[in-house]
Amino acid sequence: MATTTSPEPTRRDFLYIATGTVAAVGAALAAWPFIDQMNPTSAVLALASIEADISQVALGQQVVFSWRGHPLFVRRRTPKEIAEARAVSLADLPDPVARNANLPDDAPATDANREIKPEWLVLVGVCTHLGCIPTVSTPQSPQGDYGGWLCHCHGSQYDTAGRIRKGPAPQNLAVPPYSFLSPTRLKIG
Amino acid sequence: MSGPSTYVPKSGIARWIDTRLPLPRLMHDTMMTFPTPRNLNIWYTFGGILTFCLGVQIVTGIVLAMHFVPNANMAFDSVENGIMRDVNYGWLLRYIHSTGASMFFIAVYVHIFRGLYYGSYKAPRELLWILGVVIYILMMATAFFGYVLPWGQMSFWGATVITNFFSALDQIIPHLGTAISTWLWGGFAVGDATLNRFFSLHYLLPFIIAGVVGLHIWALHVPGNNNPLGIDVKGPQDTVPFHPYYTAKDAFYLCLFVLLFAGLVFYAPNLLSNPDNYTPANPLVTPPDIVPEWYLLPFYAMLRSVPQKLIGVLVLAGSLLTLVFIPWLDTSKARSCRFRPLMKQFFWLFAADCVLLGYIGAQSADASWTLGGVNVPLVWLARLGTLYYYGFFWAIMPLLGIFETPKPLPDSIAKSVLGAAAE
Repeated sequence: MATTTSPEPTRRDFLYIATGTVAAVGAALAAWPFIDQMNPTSAVLALASIEADISQVALGQQVVFSWRGHPLFVRRRTPKEIAEARAVSLADLPDPVARNANLPDDAPATDANREIKPEWLVLVGVCTHLGCIPTVSTPQSPQGDYGGWLCHCHGSQYDTAGRIRKGPAPQNLAVPPYSFLSPTRLKIG
Repeated sequence: MSGPSTYVPKSGIARWIDTRLPLPRLMHDTMMTFPTPRNLNIWYTFGGILTFCLGVQIVTGIVLAMHFVPNANMAFDSVENGIMRDVNYGWLLRYIHSTGASMFFIAVYVHIFRGLYYGSYKAPRELLWILGVVIYILMMATAFFGYVLPWGQMSFWGATVITNFFSALDQIIPHLGTAISTWLWGGFAVGDATLNRFFSLHYLLPFIIAGVVGLHIWALHVPGNNNPLGIDVKGPQDTVPFHPYYTAKDAFYLCLFVLLFAGLVFYAPNLLSNPDNYTPANPLVTPPDIVPEWYLLPFYAMLRSVPQKLIGVLVLAGSLLTLVFIPWLDTSKARSCRFRPLMKQFFWLFAADCVLLGYIGAQSADASWTLGGVNVPLVWLARLGTLYYYGFFWAIMPLLGIFETPKPLPDSIAKSVLGAAAE
């Protein structure tokens, strides 16, 4: 077939570009189901909130519940632990944001912004580095230098408000959305 | 393939096939008459050994997949009870497969270090080398997916840590990394959906590897083999036909390799694996020390040596990406370390560095050594090791090519091998 070059776009040029565009958009649309099928199914997303009975938690103790496949830490802090957490200056925190789902995104990471009641610390028990579960520190078995948690995988240390203090983790332990149904009953999620 | 084909069909049927699909011709030219340098040593037999390893993994893997159940509640039991106790010879097939992964990596590390020592990545073999890096990365991905399948504690937490690498992207674009992790998991954490897709990918990737191996061999057969002298083949006097010379040599060393393989399978099948993986996966308890399989330890040590998440992940990714650039980082005119007195020393230091990083990767995050009364945290040694890993490729390789004077290269392979008789 003979081809002629013309300075003006021809009908053939238009058809060429239009066909190519339709093919590209069609390919992208066809690819999306293959990508999106990897996302959580509606059954997984429907995982409802849990309720937790905290009446048996002793002072200074931590209990672990399971929430959305992750461990959920509920720690009943001693007055000393609360005082330690409150004494920390914001300038000493690697992550200055509260990471509290119950507060605005930019709330500062003061101890008060990390809980609803000072005595009860409720946290997602997943290290913000690479997802291991940190070990709780107790006076009998101290973990790390800050009295909170130590992640054994890569050495991240958290204080008694669950804030990152040392190590590779970039963020404070997350505070999930939760509320007190009664003084001894929590609703998480 | 280099040179014109020498294939002559020996029968009417062979001629009939040759004019329609010249597959016998291809096999003849690549595996029979292919001119191969006459001085290849033991370290050049690992290409064949690796092909054997891939075959063993595919065959045992297909059989194991007939008995494995990719379900978070049943996977551990289907492996430890079903395959290891109930299935006829299931224990043997599984131990061949799990030991086979380690043997595969032993062989690939010999193969890679051989390539580094003799400068096999240098022109005109850059693409050959890069395809090798692609195979190596695919191997690591396949091994990782496979390690998750028995759904033990190390499976689960290994999967958690590795997939969380992507969450580091949160530090560049907020929520992007978390979205990717969730997409990879198919949930809010590693779980049933993750196991299922990893099984699917673990079955797929070996065939992709086989395809890239095909390209790797194709790219090898254009310039032909490098050799321990690192000089080009100058004529037929420098080569011997692949068969029977190297088929025999490869077969002999393959037998020795299989001897070691069988020794591990029958006498120490768990030597290179972690006992924690005999505990079923528990999403609520992380084992006190999580470590990857031995072949990933040096990279793990580099990751842990950095106290910042995003940079740590980038250092890890960069250590692999660096391998792609080696053909252009090495500026020396001589290929082989045999004629590079300084490079040879840096090379062995690099090998020792990889072993040191591997050792540190296996220790706990806060371990330390006492050297001459001084307490040295291992993380500092890992930092030094990481620095040397990068320094070796990005500083020593380019600079040494300029400042080092290589020893005189021999005139030809034939002269070097046969001496005066080659005249």
